[in-house]
Amino acid sequence: MPAIRPLHLLQACLFAALLMCGAPAWADAIHLGNGAEPESLDIHQSSGVSEANIQRDLFEGLIAEGPDASLIPGAAESWEISEDGTVYTFHLREGAVWSNGDPVTAGDFVYAFRRGLSPETAASYAFILYPVLNAEQYVAGEITDPGQIGIRAIDDATLEITLKAPTAYFLDMLTHHMAYPLHRASVEAHPGDWMKPGNLVSNGAFTLAEWQPQSFIRLEKNPRYHGADEVQLDEVFYYPTEDEGQELQRFRAGELDVTYDIPADQIDWIVANLNDQYRNFPYLGTYYYALNTTIAPFAGNPGLRQALSLAIDREVLTQKITRAGEIPAYSFVPPGVMRYQQQTMPWADWTQEARNNRAKELYAAAGYGPDNPLEVEILYNTSDNHKKVAIAIAAMWKQTLGVQASLRNEEWKAYLSSRDEKNFEIVRAGWIGDYNDANTFLELFVSDAGMMNNPGYDNPAYDELVKGGAFETDLAVREGMLEEAERIFLEDSPLIPIYFYTTQHMVQPKVEGWIDNIKDVHPSRFLSVGG
Amino acid sequence: MRDAGVRLLRNRAAVVSGFVLAVIAAACVLVPWFAPWPLDAVDWSAIQAPPSADHWFGTDGNGRDLFVRIFYGGRISLTLGLAATLVAVVIGVAWGATAGYVGGTIDGLMMRTVDVLYALPFIFFVILLMVFFGRDVVLMFVALGAVSWLDMARIVRGQTLSLKRQEFVRAAHAMGLRPVAVVARHIVPNLLGPVAVFATLTVPRVILFESLLSFLGLGVQEPMTSWGVLISEGASAMESAPWMLLFPAVFLATTLFALNFIGDGLRDALDPRDH
Amino acid sequence: MFAYTLRRLAGAVPTVFVIIAIAFFMIRLAPGGPFDQERSVPPEIQANLDRAYHLDEPLVQQFLRYLGDILTGDFGPSFRYKDFTVTELVAEGFPVSLKLGLAAMVIAVVVGFAAGAYAALRRNSGFDAATMTLAMTGIAVPNFVIAPLLTLTLGVWLALLPVGGWGSFDQAILPVVALALPEIAYIARLTRGSMLEVLRADFVRTARAKGLSERAMVLRHALQAAALPVLSFLGPTTAAVITGSVVIEQIFGIPGIGRYFVQGALNRDYTLVMGVVIFYAAVIIAFNLLVDLLYPLLDPRVRHD
Repeated sequence: MPAIRPLHLLQACLFAALLMCGAPAWADAIHLGNGAEPESLDIHQSSGVSEANIQRDLFEGLIAEGPDASLIPGAAESWEISEDGTVYTFHLREGAVWSNGDPVTAGDFVYAFRRGLSPETAASYAFILYPVLNAEQYVAGEITDPGQIGIRAIDDATLEITLKAPTAYFLDMLTHHMAYPLHRASVEAHPGDWMKPGNLVSNGAFTLAEWQPQSFIRLEKNPRYHGADEVQLDEVFYYPTEDEGQELQRFRAGELDVTYDIPADQIDWIVANLNDQYRNFPYLGTYYYALNTTIAPFAGNPGLRQALSLAIDREVLTQKITRAGEIPAYSFVPPGVMRYQQQTMPWADWTQEARNNRAKELYAAAGYGPDNPLEVEILYNTSDNHKKVAIAIAAMWKQTLGVQASLRNEEWKAYLSSRDEKNFEIVRAGWIGDYNDANTFLELFVSDAGMMNNPGYDNPAYDELVKGGAFETDLAVREGMLEEAERIFLEDSPLIPIYFYTTQHMVQPKVEGWIDNIKDVHPSRFLSVGG
Repeated sequence: MRDAGVRLLRNRAAVVSGFVLAVIAAACVLVPWFAPWPLDAVDWSAIQAPPSADHWFGTDGNGRDLFVRIFYGGRISLTLGLAATLVAVVIGVAWGATAGYVGGTIDGLMMRTVDVLYALPFIFFVILLMVFFGRDVVLMFVALGAVSWLDMARIVRGQTLSLKRQEFVRAAHAMGLRPVAVVARHIVPNLLGPVAVFATLTVPRVILFESLLSFLGLGVQEPMTSWGVLISEGASAMESAPWMLLFPAVFLATTLFALNFIGDGLRDALDPRDH
Repeated sequence: MFAYTLRRLAGAVPTVFVIIAIAFFMIRLAPGGPFDQERSVPPEIQANLDRAYHLDEPLVQQFLRYLGDILTGDFGPSFRYKDFTVTELVAEGFPVSLKLGLAAMVIAVVVGFAAGAYAALRRNSGFDAATMTLAMTGIAVPNFVIAPLLTLTLGVWLALLPVGGWGSFDQAILPVVALALPEIAYIARLTRGSMLEVLRADFVRTARAKGLSERAMVLRHALQAAALPVLSFLGPTTAAVITGSVVIEQIFGIPGIGRYFVQGALNRDYTLVMGVVIFYAAVIIAFNLLVDLLYPLLDPRVRHD
């Protein structure tokens, strides 16, 4: 496409004029599309990815994430783990300071953990810290003395965290924003406003310079950060970009360096025209259809559930409908999870024709046929992508089995309410792991997991394996238990895994240091803009 | 009234518009019956495919035939426009005529209600109605109509007030006709003109508003569709699949054009000063 | 005049109260709550959240609490944008919507009125036909089609203007144009209609009979009379436009308050929705009053005693 740029000359003139006015030294800035306007920059009040992206630049937890999301020392320089895996002792980085010059101490972590778990704070993500001894009881108000929570400062530079059980993924969890430290004096000096520019004291690679709600957030390099020498960007801009189509336009106009997402309708166009700037990488998440196993027709009917699962041609679905590089899913835990060997359904390597034949057998065995077709309703939340997937799956079921599937689309909050109250037959859902471990996927479906257990799955053997795994110190034994649990789960088929998510971004060629990774984490401290 | 009809027929734009509208409406009724593709049939070999011999208007992102879907969508959009307008007219006429005829405290209360509804943000109101009734297309129409009658009520009330002072209404009243009868027999027929004009202009407004709701993702449920849904799907793919925007947009714009011309024609024809 | 204004303002109090009550109970009765999200929170955390935001109280008590709060000017923190109070969000967003809306309305009035009046004077000419066809197109094509079309052509292909954001003059051009287009169309059609009517009216015929030149007649009498219906249209429309357009704000990434009406309702952001609904009602009431106060200035037959 020929892009005519008659304004170049004008821009050059303006640029010259700016130089003559004595403009400041040329600053390296990056402009990032960031999805939604943050709900909060308070590390205990936010719950989304957009917020986490900004907080990761502002704060540094005990453990940090590298450019490829691998775990690297953060505020802690080193640590020891006790024999039984329940006591962690962290040695804080010497000389590390907050952006106002105060030293970062173990007490700052103790303060932040206690605040995050306090019932008054009402942090919706408090459960991230539940592996810590007595954390859950403190949130629930069963104990009121914060001193009983398993975190204490041995001295300013040494922090000890005690867990209720050995938790293989605990270090990974410490990269979560719920585990960042807080600068107590400034938080208490500006209650309700401490996270605003001018008030926010941070210990990460950047500081908060400006926040125009619904417009942009500007971060500036923190010269006091311990790794400041390696930080190449002087400024980071985060823009809320709710409309993906428009985000792509802004990217093409050069106003954004990285996009948060891409418009699904335009993937063909992007691949044809901007393929070198298109990034597509597997993500730690699964897209699935949960079958309500607490009511007819799915209660006690694994054959029917398997028939529906078999009849979905995931290859066609991902290649022709969603088309964003999604990986067909034949298991619930996605590939690439640490300490875990991916499990798959026995028919994962069959042809679709063989699957369809098996599906027809099971469907007939369950008592359905042309004269007595299964009638079901698929619930999904308003979104073009969910709609397209539902239409395609309904068409596949109809063609293969003669199932009469109707579609029910509800806006987000009404959908959540229907889903959580089990007011559905089939519901589309997705799960993105909170941390890189199979537990974050498998714990959803223990019988007492509450609303997160979408299909209402209840199998004591599964419960025993998953819950037992949480207390197992031998990592190999634990892995075996979790893998066995998923095999049982897949055999029972309370849900239909459809595909594993991938993340999609547009990244300008001038952006350096961007490494695609399964957690889709890209700390700005490792990015730079060349040219 | 007959004069008005003659005048309307002399308005070339209105007559052509009426004809075009009739053709589109007939196509919306008939095409789905004879269509080569059912509404929800997926053609796996032609996903988001440009117009071809098989699919005259191309296909959407699910490989469904757009030619067929446009006429199904037209059914919904036109029905929605008509149903909502009907509800608006009925409520508006009843409300406005009653308030204007009865007058006094009741008039004050009824008009205050209109003020309240005016000062509520329409979009907020409709979104909540969608949240409550969104799954039922019929209820959605009724809900839209139930919030579009405010202008109608004001117009009718004004007309009623001026009619009330005229001789024939006073005479009917003096002859002992009950108020309900007076309103029904003398006031309402005389309101026909402004109501007809209002109605032809409300139908396009409702159809447009439905498209805004579709843009916000609150449109009709799959597999049914509407012009608004088709256009908002097309708008997000305007560069990669322009046919998805072009065809439904042409049908929507043509229909709205026609309705507006008819409305103008009606207004001119019914204007007593133009004799 | 002053007494009239006071009377109207006093009359608005019960209106606003009813609006608050309707909006409050409607949004509360909608399924789902402000803190529901993809990952449903454990019950003990949900209980803490409900307690922190007083959602555990009976609804009527919450309503009374809310009324008490807003009487002291406290509209509470937004449930979705937790770092800001509703007052802060409206105070940040409204000036943006106001600037954008006023710019669009000024353009719409000037262009629409001139085009409509000229079309009426040259009735059935080529200009008339062209203007009315354009106006019809402006009305018949949804905003969410025009806006991306503008950004694609002028912003991306020709690279003449920025496609999003807010702050500089050139960033405002596309959204202002996109917002003004349908209003230009409505005003042009309205002006043409009322102008045609005025030109047939008795006083214009008298003026013509008295030998006033056509030009003087149009400038001195007809335009002023034709402006009246446009003025009644402008009141509610300006109020609607300056309180923000969800489509324009979403597509151009503009930090106005229009999106709060939609996003607030969809996010079940109870306090934010209530705040913008009350604000909207106040703006509508103020504008209707303003129009009614302006009317006698243009039309000597109307007076408020």
